[in-house]
Amino acid sequence: MEKKKTKNVFVQGAISSEFIGQSIAKHQTKTNIGAHNIFLGQVRADIIDGKTVTAIDYTAYEEMANQKFHEIREATFAKYDLTCMHIYHSLGQVNIGEICLFVFVSSPRRKIVFKALEYVVEAIKADVPVFGKEIFEDQTHQWKQNT
Amino acid sequence: MELTIKYFGMLAEATTIHEEQIQTEACFVSELIKKLKDQYPKLHQNDFKVAVNQQLVDHNYFINNQTEVALLPPFAGG
Repeated sequence: MEKKKTKNVFVQGAISSEFIGQSIAKHQTKTNIGAHNIFLGQVRADIIDGKTVTAIDYTAYEEMANQKFHEIREATFAKYDLTCMHIYHSLGQVNIGEICLFVFVSSPRRKIVFKALEYVVEAIKADVPVFGKEIFEDQTHQWKQNT
Repeated sequence: MELTIKYFGMLAEATTIHEEQIQTEACFVSELIKKLKDQYPKLHQNDFKVAVNQQLVDHNYFINNQTEVALLPPFAGG
Protein backbone atom coordinates (compact mmCIF):
# COMPACT_ATOMS: atom_id res chain seq x y z
CA MET A 1 0.00 0.00 0.00
CA GLU A 2 1.23 3.44 -0.89
CA LYS A 3 2.03 5.72 2.06
CA LYS A 4 -0.07 8.83 1.98
CA LYS A 5 0.79 12.15 3.52
CA THR A 6 -1.24 13.28 6.54
CA LYS A 7 -4.09 15.46 5.32
CA ASN A 8 -5.95 18.21 7.09
CA VAL A 9 -9.40 16.82 7.76
CA PHE A 10 -10.80 19.96 9.39
CA VAL A 11 -13.00 22.58 7.79
CA GLN A 12 -14.18 25.77 9.46
CA GLY A 13 -17.88 25.72 10.32
CA ALA A 14 -20.62 23.48 8.90
CA ILE A 15 -20.10 21.21 5.89
CA SER A 16 -22.47 22.40 3.16
CA SER A 17 -24.70 20.19 1.04
CA GLU A 18 -23.11 21.85 -2.03
CA PHE A 19 -19.67 20.64 -0.94
CA ILE A 20 -21.03 17.13 -0.38
CA GLY A 21 -22.75 17.16 -3.78
CA GLN A 22 -19.56 18.31 -5.50
CA SER A 23 -17.59 15.55 -3.76
CA ILE A 24 -19.96 12.98 -5.22
CA ALA A 25 -19.78 14.55 -8.68
CA LYS A 26 -15.96 14.42 -8.66
CA HIS A 27 -16.12 10.63 -8.51
CA GLN A 28 -17.93 10.26 -11.83
CA THR A 29 -14.57 9.96 -13.60
CA LYS A 30 -13.54 7.02 -11.37
CA THR A 31 -15.44 4.40 -13.31
CA ASN A 32 -14.02 1.38 -11.48
CA ILE A 33 -16.21 2.41 -8.52
CA GLY A 34 -19.53 0.60 -8.23
CA ALA A 35 -20.61 1.66 -4.74
CA HIS A 36 -20.32 4.75 -2.55
CA ASN A 37 -21.37 4.98 1.06
CA ILE A 38 -21.68 8.24 2.95
CA PHE A 39 -22.05 9.10 6.63
CA LEU A 40 -23.23 12.57 7.58
CA GLY A 41 -23.10 13.58 11.22
CA GLN A 42 -25.73 16.23 11.98
CA VAL A 43 -25.91 18.40 15.09
CA ARG A 44 -28.97 17.35 17.09
CA ALA A 45 -31.17 19.65 19.18
CA ASP A 46 -30.80 17.61 22.37
CA ILE A 47 -32.86 18.71 25.36
CA ILE A 48 -30.78 18.49 28.53
CA ASP A 49 -32.33 19.44 31.87
CA GLY A 50 -35.04 21.36 30.04
CA LYS A 51 -32.64 23.37 27.88
CA THR A 52 -32.30 22.88 24.13
CA VAL A 53 -28.97 22.68 22.34
CA THR A 54 -28.74 25.26 19.55
CA ALA A 55 -25.18 24.62 18.30
CA ILE A 56 -21.96 22.78 19.00
CA ASP A 57 -18.65 24.62 19.06
CA TYR A 58 -15.92 22.15 18.02
CA THR A 59 -12.27 22.36 18.96
CA ALA A 60 -9.53 19.77 18.50
CA TYR A 61 -5.95 18.89 19.29
CA GLU A 62 -5.44 19.35 15.59
CA GLU A 63 -1.98 17.86 15.07
CA MET A 64 -2.86 14.69 16.99
CA ALA A 65 -6.34 14.52 15.46
CA ASN A 66 -5.01 14.71 11.91
CA GLN A 67 -2.46 12.01 12.78
CA LYS A 68 -5.29 9.84 14.16
CA PHE A 69 -7.42 10.42 11.07
CA HIS A 70 -4.39 9.36 9.02
CA GLU A 71 -3.95 6.16 11.08
CA ILE A 72 -7.67 5.38 10.73
CA ARG A 73 -7.41 5.91 6.97
CA GLU A 74 -4.37 3.61 6.68
CA ALA A 75 -5.98 0.92 8.86
CA THR A 76 -9.20 1.06 6.83
CA PHE A 77 -7.39 0.74 3.50
CA ALA A 78 -5.43 -2.21 4.92
CA LYS A 79 -8.63 -3.91 6.10
CA TYR A 80 -11.03 -3.19 3.23
CA ASP A 81 -10.64 -3.07 -0.54
CA LEU A 82 -11.59 0.57 -1.02
CA THR A 83 -10.97 2.71 -4.07
CA CYS A 84 -11.00 5.93 -2.07
CA MET A 85 -11.96 7.51 1.20
CA HIS A 86 -12.59 11.10 2.28
CA ILE A 87 -13.13 12.48 5.78
CA TYR A 88 -14.10 16.05 6.70
CA HIS A 89 -14.82 17.29 10.23
CA SER A 90 -15.98 20.72 11.33
CA LEU A 91 -14.22 23.08 13.69
CA GLY A 92 -15.90 26.09 15.26
CA GLN A 93 -19.63 26.58 15.50
CA VAL A 94 -22.07 24.24 13.78
CA ASN A 95 -25.77 24.94 14.32
CA ILE A 96 -28.41 22.28 14.91
CA GLY A 97 -29.48 20.65 11.66
CA GLU A 98 -26.09 21.36 10.04
CA ILE A 99 -23.50 18.76 9.10
CA CYS A 100 -20.35 18.41 11.21
CA LEU A 101 -18.88 15.14 9.89
CA PHE A 102 -18.73 13.84 6.33
CA VAL A 103 -17.21 10.41 5.66
CA PHE A 104 -17.24 9.08 2.10
CA VAL A 105 -15.98 5.63 1.10
CA SER A 106 -16.02 4.07 -2.36
CA SER A 107 -15.34 0.59 -3.69
CA PRO A 108 -16.00 -1.50 -6.79
CA ARG A 109 -18.63 -3.49 -4.83
CA ARG A 110 -21.29 -2.64 -2.26
CA LYS A 111 -20.72 -5.04 0.65
CA ILE A 112 -17.35 -3.58 1.52
CA VAL A 113 -18.54 0.02 1.75
CA PHE A 114 -21.16 -0.80 4.40
CA LYS A 115 -18.58 -2.43 6.65
CA ALA A 116 -15.82 0.07 5.95
CA LEU A 117 -17.99 3.11 6.67
CA GLU A 118 -19.09 1.82 10.07
CA TYR A 119 -15.50 0.98 10.95
CA VAL A 120 -14.29 4.49 10.04
CA VAL A 121 -17.07 6.34 11.86
CA GLU A 122 -16.73 4.29 15.05
CA ALA A 123 -12.95 4.79 15.04
CA ILE A 124 -13.39 8.55 14.64
CA LYS A 125 -15.82 8.70 17.55
CA ALA A 126 -13.51 6.67 19.82
CA ASP A 127 -9.97 7.75 18.90
CA VAL A 128 -9.84 11.31 17.59
CA PRO A 129 -9.28 14.17 20.05
CA VAL A 130 -12.15 16.44 19.04
CA PHE A 131 -14.09 18.31 21.71
CA GLY A 132 -17.62 19.69 21.50
CA LYS A 133 -19.18 22.48 23.51
CA GLU A 134 -22.96 22.18 23.39
CA ILE A 135 -24.42 25.67 23.47
CA PHE A 136 -27.96 26.19 24.78
CA GLU A 137 -30.53 28.86 23.88
CA ASP A 138 -29.58 30.92 26.95
CA GLN A 139 -25.87 30.85 25.90
CA THR A 140 -24.91 28.53 28.76
CA HIS A 141 -23.09 25.38 27.71
CA GLN A 142 -21.98 21.89 28.60
CA TRP A 143 -19.30 19.61 27.15
CA LYS A 144 -20.40 16.81 24.85
CA GLN A 145 -19.13 13.29 25.39
CA ASN A 146 -19.33 10.45 22.87
CA THR A 147 -21.10 7.34 24.13
CA MET B 1 13.62 20.30 31.40
CA GLU B 2 10.91 22.42 29.86
CA LEU B 3 7.52 20.93 29.06
CA THR B 4 4.74 22.43 27.00
CA ILE B 5 1.40 21.58 28.57
CA LYS B 6 -1.74 21.89 26.45
CA TYR B 7 -5.28 21.98 27.81
CA PHE B 8 -8.38 21.33 25.72
CA GLY B 9 -12.13 21.72 26.04
CA MET B 10 -13.42 21.71 29.63
CA LEU B 11 -9.82 21.49 30.88
CA ALA B 12 -8.92 24.78 29.22
CA GLU B 13 -11.99 26.18 30.94
CA ALA B 14 -10.90 24.73 34.31
CA THR B 15 -7.36 26.14 34.08
CA THR B 16 -8.37 29.27 32.08
CA ILE B 17 -5.39 28.68 29.76
CA HIS B 18 -4.83 26.67 26.59
CA GLU B 19 -1.10 26.22 26.87
CA GLU B 20 1.84 26.89 29.18
CA GLN B 21 5.52 26.07 29.55
CA ILE B 22 6.67 24.61 32.83
CA GLN B 23 10.08 23.64 34.21
CA THR B 24 10.23 20.25 35.86
CA GLU B 25 12.55 17.38 36.64
CA ALA B 26 12.06 14.14 34.72
CA CYS B 27 8.97 12.50 36.18
CA PHE B 28 6.16 10.02 35.73
CA VAL B 29 2.94 11.23 34.17
CA SER B 30 1.23 10.56 37.52
CA GLU B 31 3.61 12.99 39.26
CA LEU B 32 3.05 15.65 36.65
CA ILE B 33 -0.74 15.23 36.95
CA LYS B 34 -0.52 15.62 40.72
CA LYS B 35 1.48 18.81 40.33
CA LEU B 36 -1.02 20.23 37.82
CA LYS B 37 -3.98 19.28 40.00
CA ASP B 38 -2.34 21.05 42.95
CA GLN B 39 -1.92 24.12 40.78
CA TYR B 40 -5.40 23.94 39.23
CA PRO B 41 -7.73 22.36 41.83
CA LYS B 42 -10.64 22.42 39.35
CA LEU B 43 -8.86 19.66 37.38
CA HIS B 44 -9.88 17.26 40.17
CA GLN B 45 -13.46 17.47 38.85
CA ASN B 46 -12.52 16.40 35.34
CA ASP B 47 -11.88 13.09 33.67
CA PHE B 48 -9.03 13.23 31.16
CA LYS B 49 -6.46 11.27 29.17
CA VAL B 50 -2.85 12.28 28.70
CA ALA B 51 -0.98 12.42 25.40
CA VAL B 52 2.81 12.81 25.26
CA ASN B 53 4.05 14.01 21.89
CA GLN B 54 0.59 13.23 20.49
CA GLN B 55 0.50 9.61 21.70
CA LEU B 56 -1.85 8.54 24.48
CA VAL B 57 0.12 7.26 27.48
CA ASP B 58 -0.80 5.82 30.87
CA HIS B 59 0.16 7.28 34.21
CA ASN B 60 3.26 5.06 34.48
CA TYR B 61 4.86 6.69 31.45
CA PHE B 62 8.17 8.37 32.30
CA ILE B 63 8.73 11.85 30.85
CA ASN B 64 12.43 12.49 30.47
CA ASN B 65 12.77 14.78 27.53
CA GLN B 66 11.57 18.09 26.20
CA THR B 67 8.07 17.16 25.38
CA GLU B 68 4.58 18.29 24.54
CA VAL B 69 2.06 17.00 27.04
CA ALA B 70 -1.66 17.36 26.31
CA LEU B 71 -4.55 16.86 28.73
CA LEU B 72 -7.51 15.56 26.77
CA PRO B 73 -11.09 15.54 28.06
CA PRO B 74 -13.61 12.98 26.69
CA PHE B 75 -13.75 12.94 22.88
CA ALA B 76 -16.84 14.26 21.14
CA GLY B 77 -16.09 14.05 17.44
CA GLY B 78 -18.78 13.48 14.84
